[in-house]
Amino acid sequence: MSKVTEILKTMDYGLAPEANDQVLAWLDGKQRQFKHFINGEFVGSADGAQFSVIAPATGEKLASVAQGSKQEIDAAVAAARGAFKRWSALPGNARARYLYALARLLQKRERFFSVLESMDNGKTIRESRDIDIPLAARHFYHHAGWADLIDSEFPDHTPVGVCGQIIPWNFPLLMLAWKISPALAAGNTVVLKPAEYTPLTALAFAELCQEAGLPPGVVNIVTGDGETGALLVAHEDVDKIAFTGSTEVGRAIRNSTAGTGKKLTLELGGKSPFIVFDDADLDSAVEGVVDAIWFNQGQVCCAGSRLLVHESVANRFHDKLKARAGKLRVGDPLDKSTDIGAIVSEVQLARIAKLVEQGRAEGAQCWQPDGAMPSRGFYFPPTLFTGVAPAATIAQEEIFGPVLVSTTFRTQDEALQLANHSRFGLAASIWSENINVALDAAARVKAGVVWINSTNLFDAGAGFGGYRESGFGREGGREGIYEYLKLHPNTAARPRGASVKASYSIAPAVGGATASLPLLDHTAKLYIGGKQVRPDGGNSYTVFDAKGKPAGQVGLANRKDIRNAVESANAAGGWSGYTAHNRAQVLFFLAENLEQRGDEFATRLRSLLGATAAEAKAEVAQSIARIMFYAAHADKYDGAVHSTRSRNVTLAMPEPWGVLGIVCPDNSPLLSMISLIMPAIAMGNRVVVVPSAASALIATDFYQVIETSDVPGGVINLITGEREVLAKTIAEHDDIAAVWYFGTKEGSANVERASSGNLKSTWVDAGVPRNWHSTAGQGREFLQRATQIKNIWVPYGE
Amino acid sequence: MNTSAQVAAHLVPTHGLRNAGMPLNLDLIANARVNLSAVERRAATLTTRRSVKKEWQAAWLIKALTCVDLTTLSGDDTPDRVARLCAKARMPLRADLVEALGLDTMPKVGAVCVYPTMVKSAVRALQGSGIPVASVATGFPTGLMTLKLRLAEIRYAVEEGAAEIDIVISRATVFSGDWQALYDEISAMREACGEAHLKAILATGDLKSLRNVYRASWVAMMAGADFIKTSTGKEDVNATLPVGLTMVRALRDYGEVSGVAVGFKPAGGLKSAKDALAWLTLIKEELGNRWLDPSLFRFGASSMLGDIERQIEHYVTGRYSAANRHAIA
Repeated sequence: MSKVTEILKTMDYGLAPEANDQVLAWLDGKQRQFKHFINGEFVGSADGAQFSVIAPATGEKLASVAQGSKQEIDAAVAAARGAFKRWSALPGNARARYLYALARLLQKRERFFSVLESMDNGKTIRESRDIDIPLAARHFYHHAGWADLIDSEFPDHTPVGVCGQIIPWNFPLLMLAWKISPALAAGNTVVLKPAEYTPLTALAFAELCQEAGLPPGVVNIVTGDGETGALLVAHEDVDKIAFTGSTEVGRAIRNSTAGTGKKLTLELGGKSPFIVFDDADLDSAVEGVVDAIWFNQGQVCCAGSRLLVHESVANRFHDKLKARAGKLRVGDPLDKSTDIGAIVSEVQLARIAKLVEQGRAEGAQCWQPDGAMPSRGFYFPPTLFTGVAPAATIAQEEIFGPVLVSTTFRTQDEALQLANHSRFGLAASIWSENINVALDAAARVKAGVVWINSTNLFDAGAGFGGYRESGFGREGGREGIYEYLKLHPNTAARPRGASVKASYSIAPAVGGATASLPLLDHTAKLYIGGKQVRPDGGNSYTVFDAKGKPAGQVGLANRKDIRNAVESANAAGGWSGYTAHNRAQVLFFLAENLEQRGDEFATRLRSLLGATAAEAKAEVAQSIARIMFYAAHADKYDGAVHSTRSRNVTLAMPEPWGVLGIVCPDNSPLLSMISLIMPAIAMGNRVVVVPSAASALIATDFYQVIETSDVPGGVINLITGEREVLAKTIAEHDDIAAVWYFGTKEGSANVERASSGNLKSTWVDAGVPRNWHSTAGQGREFLQRATQIKNIWVPYGE
Repeated sequence: MNTSAQVAAHLVPTHGLRNAGMPLNLDLIANARVNLSAVERRAATLTTRRSVKKEWQAAWLIKALTCVDLTTLSGDDTPDRVARLCAKARMPLRADLVEALGLDTMPKVGAVCVYPTMVKSAVRALQGSGIPVASVATGFPTGLMTLKLRLAEIRYAVEEGAAEIDIVISRATVFSGDWQALYDEISAMREACGEAHLKAILATGDLKSLRNVYRASWVAMMAGADFIKTSTGKEDVNATLPVGLTMVRALRDYGEVSGVAVGFKPAGGLKSAKDALAWLTLIKEELGNRWLDPSLFRFGASSMLGDIERQIEHYVTGRYSAANRHAIA
């Protein structure tokens, strides 16, 4: 029987290998030895240390790569620093030309990079060819455009400086593009450390940098393991760290950069929900699952790894899913008909296998298709767990493999509850043909990226990044550019106003009494949940006036008061659902009532700060104006529609953090407190505020204004007491999503460090006081800090 | 594409058994869901996820050839022209290529498809070949003719010797949601066909929305269609992969409920060997190997065969071929 006759009986696909001879020749041409790329040249490690790179498809060694140590990191950072001045001073159009050249050169080598990526990482050639490499080129094109527009679109901003970038092994070249292209566009220079498992496409990219004539030092690539990365993070002359990888390492980076003043973006892990409602196109949702968890072997930070399916269609959906998964072809990544390639390393494979075993042991039903895995290389079959309880290990841990866990739900509310009951918040997929169901779920799900009736859609023009312990910062789009810029220094002028030290003594303070009949004693309390409450510890401390005389007592709060305030703030979630118009009305009312009592506040400012009458009056007037500014912005600071795909709306929606902790500075105590509270609540946050301790009587006067202004209870909570102690409790609190701290350098470091528990977003002043009376005291910066962007992808068409 | 139906059973093979249809059950299509963008994404990646090369490609193209309904539906058709087409149907591939591929016999196309008045010529020309003659009927391509005449046309074609009848549906019934009328019409046509197999042309280019396509597919199958077919070849848009995907999903869902395997025929606009491979991939992925057979899958095409011949010659010789090296129909 002829071959053709035989195939006619089986109708198999047969072999369709992508040729890799050119890539092998490239590897051999380098004797399979690779060096760092520093200051435009390839250099080995001073100590000659190397590590092996393994081909996951076979388990065989692919190359030896230099292991970077302190010497190489120092050299690379020095090169980046050396190149920064000229690079950042180039006109945007000149930088655009370089980025455009990189995009073009990459595009012209698409097949080479695709094959190399598949060999190094184990991902299928279909994916590297159709997704990774084209998207990487797209990022360079998109950011070539931003380079041209930086000056006109981001006035008052400057580049951050030298950026240390650490990328993962799951999308090696694509993550390089996500990191390098915005950094360069904005005028920064970079030191990039590729993942230890997959450094080869980055080193091939270094050759493109040479080819494009990029000035030496603008892009530096140092290869190595986690220790090399840690050296880069710790380097004193690095201004920003951008990291994509595990939550565990992200937390360590947050800790180690705390207090250094380094700007930080973290794109971390996830356990993203994939929600299938009963009115979904089930066959299409099945394909969505394939693109979610059986894409890149499930090694995707935003993989829809938690299937939540409506009870009424669950059995049917699972059946369809199994039928589909049974058709997936696992094997040689370079075969053009392979759906699932190799897991990146033996270690990862073992980890997946262990978690799957644990899933079985904990009682979930495990399904895998028949058929053996290839005899060599690191392969794992597509796996579906059904009947998975939310408490199961596999429902909580990020598996980072082709393993889907399924849980059923009864109602929309329950679906959202299950979806949001996670420490992570990277992405979500929502499947329903009913626009009401889909948009409601999109609005309520806690995730930075939401795909409606789709999954894993990416574009350079849309922001990507997570909520919660999935990290902070965005990559892509306008929101991504901000991560590589800072405000021009001359807009943050030196502050005005006295800084008074508070004394937290709880002992009686004498000297305030006068000979005449005393005024009726005024007892300032804490303000929690819309009520004046006594401090939990039953203590008060004395606030002194400018002359050093006791001006009155305020509550000395402890951590339990913070706890109570956070609970009240959490309970006040309705505020975030108010219309922006209604929030604006409440703010205007606050301004109105503050003006009514303006003289009283001016008197207090004079007494506590020793300000002149004119100064005090001016601060009150500016405070009123500031409230009005944010009242005005409440219904005007809104989102965007990104241009991504055709027949698609990609909504970039600013959303409030939820509960925000605010620690106020001592200077301009009324104005600074107002300047921080108002943008936060205008955007829908509920705030737990620690006012200036030395001038706490201003805050306790202010709660009477709040009380008369229709501010719902729990939206603003004022907790007086020892700043650093309360700041620590706030920064550590796992139910607070973000914290702003204005105080000392040391306090800033402590807040950043303490925030790593739930990886809350932080904004600290590093002890550099702000001039609240200047333009640095208000503006879009505050509104940006008060929100995070959720990108919602809505494909449409009938 | 879920229906409110409870899934009855796994697909039961019914080889040789025709689709008897079932009473019209609107519950099964009332909640049809088809998401256009998602279907397009799947359709776009179906062909990028699979690649068929070398001897596999040669075999697949032979398979495609055996599934072709070699078609002529033109105003200038004549009995002689039809006879030439039939000669090509008997010998679709040059004998030396058949030998080079090591095939036991000359492959044959799935059927020859003509207008009713050409059926007799076709039957005569195909005598002894085992190749069935298919006839369009029911006021092809628009169907805008009274039902009585449409049924009479079917009976005429069957009497002339057609073994398969490609009917067109009344698009108006779909737009108005008058599924009962559509069902009744197709049921009557099925009855008029007698032993001849009924292929229901949905004219998907007219129906526009994939939900319409999905629902019309179901009604045609419930009315007893042996095949569902995309297009007449005369609409602005003919067979597209998203439409095909929607129809085979309907067919699969119908099979789950009824236990019956219904055939599928994309038609119109299929020109290249590459198109053939794409559609075979779609069928293999969505329905399985069983459907890779002329009893359950046909291409409605007139020019695709020529490209298949050229590609097969390229496989055999390693040189790119020219159209004039292969016999014309």
